[in-house]
Amino acid sequence: MKPRTGFRVFRAVALVVVVLSLVAPLLWMVAASFKTNVDIYDSSKALVFTPTLDNYGTVLQQANYVQFIVNSLWVAFAATVLSLLLGVPAAYSMSRFNMRKSALVVLMARVIPGVSLLVPWYYVFSNLRMVGGFSVLILSHMFVSLPLIVYIMMGFFDGLPDELEEAALVDGLTNIGAFRRITLPLSIPGIATAGILSFIFSWNNFMFALVLSGADTKTLPVAIFDFVGYASIDWGGLMAATTVVTLPIMIIALFVQKYIVSGLTAGATKG
Amino acid sequence: MPDTPGWARWANDHRKWLFAAPAMAFVAALIIFPLAWTLYLSLTDSSGSVRAESEFIGFRNYLDVLSDTDRFWPAVGRTAAFTGVALFFEVVLGMAIALLLWRPFRGEKWVRVAILLPLVATPVAVGMMWRLIFDPNIGLANQALSWVGIGPQPWLAGQHTALPTTIFIDIWQWTPMVVLILLAGLTSLSDEPQEAAMIDGASAWQRFRHVTLPLLMPTVIVAILLRGIDALKTFDILYATKGRGGGSFHEVETLNVYAYGLSFDYNEYGLSSTVLILFFLIIIASMWALTARRKEGKR
Repeated sequence: MKPRTGFRVFRAVALVVVVLSLVAPLLWMVAASFKTNVDIYDSSKALVFTPTLDNYGTVLQQANYVQFIVNSLWVAFAATVLSLLLGVPAAYSMSRFNMRKSALVVLMARVIPGVSLLVPWYYVFSNLRMVGGFSVLILSHMFVSLPLIVYIMMGFFDGLPDELEEAALVDGLTNIGAFRRITLPLSIPGIATAGILSFIFSWNNFMFALVLSGADTKTLPVAIFDFVGYASIDWGGLMAATTVVTLPIMIIALFVQKYIVSGLTAGATKG
Repeated sequence: MPDTPGWARWANDHRKWLFAAPAMAFVAALIIFPLAWTLYLSLTDSSGSVRAESEFIGFRNYLDVLSDTDRFWPAVGRTAAFTGVALFFEVVLGMAIALLLWRPFRGEKWVRVAILLPLVATPVAVGMMWRLIFDPNIGLANQALSWVGIGPQPWLAGQHTALPTTIFIDIWQWTPMVVLILLAGLTSLSDEPQEAAMIDGASAWQRFRHVTLPLLMPTVIVAILLRGIDALKTFDILYATKGRGGGSFHEVETLNVYAYGLSFDYNEYGLSSTVLILFFLIIIASMWALTARRKEGKR
């Protein structure tokens, strides 16, 4: 159905407003990251100012951000790979054998408030001398990504026809062989979707790392707070830090938006 | 399969659980023991150090918490207000924007990119970004108000404006999520009921109210359910904008922030566990209420 002209004009105006209100704050953040603190305080320099890279210098050198970037990358990457290893076969089984009750166990993790798990985790993991190490961070981030991956992949496997596997069985493959040689290669778009979203959610996760990371294993969302002092805030440094955290995943999002949208809306339309 | 080794055949026959069990065991191990322990702690006076001796005190914590009109009930109120108001605006705005995006148009791709940006942005970074914009002295928000002749507002710094401001931030970040879900629902609808209604002479509003909305209702409920659970548990934005305890007057202290503070700022493990058990019950009850409606709607 083709909309009428009146609606199309209204829609164009409305969409410009929507896009501006979503993008402008982010541009403001990036702009502030290129300003000196003096310019940030000066409203006449709101739009016209001399850009400086000093804030990024502070972030990358003094505040040891390179280390935190590497930490974040490592934790998100490891949690994603391990969660895919556990989650993809699980989702396959849950989809094929209709194990909806078992799937609920995994999806419970989406519902429970993280704080209620953190006290016991902290107790156990500090007794095991794991707090402040990478393994406990990766485990806790897997707790976020695994349910996400199972949820997305179950929807994906639900939509994959059985016939291809059955043909492979006739050709003499075992069930596991058919899964490995037929289903898995066909699932690559789904696995990419699940993996990208898992990486983003793990990268953005804050609360678990706030409690379970140490000075050397801090991830970026926790390290942002280094720029917030009790008395004052280094706004320029802070905005450079927030830009460093958000920009990489926004750029990733531009290239793989199709996957992100299909992952975020997985299962939504089945009602 | 005569030439396959025994273990391979065993694995093949038991693949249902072989595939599912590791993931389930992992999640269960990280959930079941902590939940049981939280339940146990909520019946003790544990505080100071999780290692220290604590005494079993039955339901005294529950009585204390449920009669606490100073911190607990206000936190319940804020959680309900935060979730309710944020959800309301996210669904209404999300529906409006999804309807705008429904039919193809030029530049569609750019609008979709803009909608994705808040969603993938790190929530604490989003909180910090708005903290600068809403800064009472140097923030863009008050500068913009001064251009149109309105006096400066305290925003996040005000005792009564802080919660609405954080709700606004949540709406900014998560309305796009509702847009995406509803848009997926809209595009999966078939065109025929729409066309039939059009031939019958129904106005745009009538078509939305009596054709599109009822058909889309299951998707709306899914969006409310997904967003609702996360809104109830909001932590990052509140911590980034107001810090520990939800600000000096606890003005944005929701149940999640309150429980976090009890656990990690005051080490009141007994009390915090009680709050968490009650919080958990609230979440389950809200989910149950919504899914019950969903099943009703299906009939």
